[in-house]
Amino acid sequence: MANQPIITVKNLVKNYGDFEAVKGLSFEVYEGEIFGLLGPNGAGKTTTLEIIETLREKTSGEVIVDGFNIDNNADEIKKRIGVQLQAAGYYPNLNLSELIVLFSGLYGVNKTPTEMLEKVALTDKGKAKFKDLSGGQKQRFSIATTLINNPRIIFLDEPTTGLDPQARRNLWDLIREIRDHGTTVVITTHYMDEAEVLCDRVAFVDGGHIIGIDTPDHFIDELVAKGFERKKQVKAANLEDVFINLTGKEWREA
Amino acid sequence: MNSTKYSNTRATLAIARASFRSILRSPSAVVFSLAFPLIFIVVFANIGGGGMSVDVGVAKGCDTLNPIYKVLAQNKIIKLIKDETPDEMQKNLAKGTIDAIIDLKPMVPMKPMQVNVQYSHASGDKGGVLKSVLNNIFYRIQSEQFKRIQQISGIPIPNAVDLKETVVTGREYKYIDFILPGQLGFSLLSSGVFGTAFVFLSLRITLVIKRFFATPVKRSSIVLGEAIARVVFALLGALFIIVIGHFVFGFTLIHGVVTVLNMLVLCTIGLIIFMGFGFTISGLAKNESSIPPISNIVTMPQFLLSGTFFSVSAFPVWLQHISRVLPLTHLNDAMRKVAFEGAGLGDVTHQLFILLLWGIGVYAVAVKTFKWE
Repeated sequence: MANQPIITVKNLVKNYGDFEAVKGLSFEVYEGEIFGLLGPNGAGKTTTLEIIETLREKTSGEVIVDGFNIDNNADEIKKRIGVQLQAAGYYPNLNLSELIVLFSGLYGVNKTPTEMLEKVALTDKGKAKFKDLSGGQKQRFSIATTLINNPRIIFLDEPTTGLDPQARRNLWDLIREIRDHGTTVVITTHYMDEAEVLCDRVAFVDGGHIIGIDTPDHFIDELVAKGFERKKQVKAANLEDVFINLTGKEWREA
Repeated sequence: MNSTKYSNTRATLAIARASFRSILRSPSAVVFSLAFPLIFIVVFANIGGGGMSVDVGVAKGCDTLNPIYKVLAQNKIIKLIKDETPDEMQKNLAKGTIDAIIDLKPMVPMKPMQVNVQYSHASGDKGGVLKSVLNNIFYRIQSEQFKRIQQISGIPIPNAVDLKETVVTGREYKYIDFILPGQLGFSLLSSGVFGTAFVFLSLRITLVIKRFFATPVKRSSIVLGEAIARVVFALLGALFIIVIGHFVFGFTLIHGVVTVLNMLVLCTIGLIIFMGFGFTISGLAKNESSIPPISNIVTMPQFLLSGTFFSVSAFPVWLQHISRVLPLTHLNDAMRKVAFEGAGLGDVTHQLFILLLWGIGVYAVAVKTFKWE
């Protein structure tokens, strides 16, 4: 990877009235990486994502996505990205196949429902309604809709929140697979273990500022070098490993 | 990435198709647009025939062999009630659930017939109807007597009135001809207002619209796609109601298919205006439970005052002025003119003009209040 930036954010500012949600963010996302945007609630992660996704107006600053400026090429950007919103629903009363057909129309591409559902292992759910899916299935379906237009970048806002360990690990595999096919992934999460194993690089956001951006390994090494010690000695396995070991790796979504 | 040019038409049609499917699967849409109007039509077409019935209690001991009784029994308006006790009958008369009680004494030759009738203040004009029916019977009985007297005595008795009655042959205006266009109009009103308001509010709240905005689709495509689906569904519903009305209830379609097409054009115009109310309400409502009350403010007055069930001309004049302002009144008017009088769209320009004014007004407000997010 030649660290070619695919997203460039410079001095991004977003004010809601008097409230400054984002205060001059600058960062780059490299082509082909899984980039994690981490931080507490209200740090400005979702606002930043939505500005890059062309869903929200910025107050000032510059955002370039795959060579297109957000100010005058929003439509070109929309064609090149896939977006999964936190807690978004889908058109009511339609089954998954019909939703894929709808999104194909919205993106102006020719994709069959089977081919999209195959990518996220939901082929047998083509006739099911979104609301009847399990949490993990819902997230996988959402990811399928982000892939319809063969995007260069996909944005996933807290995709694993509320999933059981099996579903979470399967979603990681799916996200890695997408990255390995050449799609850049930008993800937000509150689970640091997840960011540690999944993300190639992470940025920490707090109070509308970026307070650090590096690979998870570097961040951890740095902290350890400063003399940080955990209160409890880390063992070779954790409780989640025990959970997976005891209950098996396969999906539980019947 | 797709190299072909992005097609707004394709996106619009994709939304239209999705929305149409969704409407077909939503029970409330089908009930409002098809079942309700049909139920109302069935109910009103059946009670509408004679228009009025007068319930007359037959007192205990009433002579049912009396010729007056026989004439009353044959009268289509008069319904004779025999299975109530005198006590019940008195109570019901006081409540107005029966309109009069009649007691006929057995005939005694050469003596006047004894007829006792009790009316009730509680039943409005219906007592008057019975009174005139009875007077008519008495008059004929009296005429018979005069004739007999004349035969015996030879004294000519002049007729007080020389009545000549003729009936002009014309198109029969059936109640279905009145009720069906009204039901059609009201079904369009509720589908336009409730349907549109609910769909756009729920698409907004569940972030479906936000997700759409992450695709290259235009806002106009979303509105247009939804509108196309709703219009197509409403027109199919209207066609269904008209066809059932025509073949089952004998709804008059003067110029056949041409009349139907004119009606469908009117339906489309009406629906587009009513959808404007729906857009406005979807913007004003904070959540789904606030939609019904706001929507009812728009639909209820029109339901009652726009000539859906009874003609506007039956209202007091001050109320008629209000009726004359409402858009559904003019849609109903135009629809009845087209269906029954065989008017073309060119003959209802007055109604269309008022609808146009409403359209401009409603959409001016809708543009201001509509919220995407």
